[in-house]
Amino acid sequence: MDLVKAFLVGGAICVIGQILIDKTKLMSGRILVMFVCIGCILGGLGWYAPIEEFGGAGATVPLTGFGYNLAKGVMEEVDSVGFWGIFTGGMKAAAGGITAAVVFAFLTALVCNPKEK
Amino acid sequence: MEETTQAKQIYDKMVKEASPDSPIVLNCIKAFVSGGFICTIGQLLRNYIETFSLGEDTTSLIVCVILILASAILTGLGLYGKLGKYCGAGTIVPITGFANSVVSPAIEFKKEGFVFGMAAKMFLIAGPVIVYGTLTSIIVGLIYYFVG
Repeated sequence: MDLVKAFLVGGAICVIGQILIDKTKLMSGRILVMFVCIGCILGGLGWYAPIEEFGGAGATVPLTGFGYNLAKGVMEEVDSVGFWGIFTGGMKAAAGGITAAVVFAFLTALVCNPKEK
Repeated sequence: MEETTQAKQIYDKMVKEASPDSPIVLNCIKAFVSGGFICTIGQLLRNYIETFSLGEDTTSLIVCVILILASAILTGLGLYGKLGKYCGAGTIVPITGFANSVVSPAIEFKKEGFVFGMAAKMFLIAGPVIVYGTLTSIIVGLIYYFVG
């Protein structure tokens, strides 16, 4: 059942992205920026947690989930260390994803060459 | 020659008649199915990793790392871009799309050097994402600290 929920929620979030691409001619990079910010704002408002509760990976795998993580991280850090947690919480929560992307990108680029278009 | 131009004109007309309203609906269906599929894989991984009871945060992290690794491999093989042409937002919006946006320029700009080519261009899209993500998280943190 949670697989179906993940499929539906994740699919729905991607459809929103597709509509934005088709209707507004926004470039995909801008969509990614927008989705992270939206996820972060929704996380801050406490509206993303129920979506995650329902959709599981369907809510955390799209980039809105990355934004939600930033918001969650910063709020948890403020709870535990106070004001200065504002400066560390977000990045701490995002560290794993960013590090993985950088390391794997470096290794892949070492091994692979650009494909003919 | 005459015949082929004529055939081409007829074909173009048919394409025009067939395409006006269908693309966005069709694109949305493709995005829904492909995006949903990636998230389902994420959920499968999550269900499996949860059995090791490593805690919620570690579980999410491992899922995230595996998906990024998979995306990096597919990008390296030149397959993710092909999928992306077909799936649209379904492959852009998930974290695998973010990984693709890091890996793809890293490969593409390798020949311009390891520092200002590969490493700098890695953040072509990830850079803005991190900048605005960080700024938003600071705002959320400030509001949370002062307003509760």
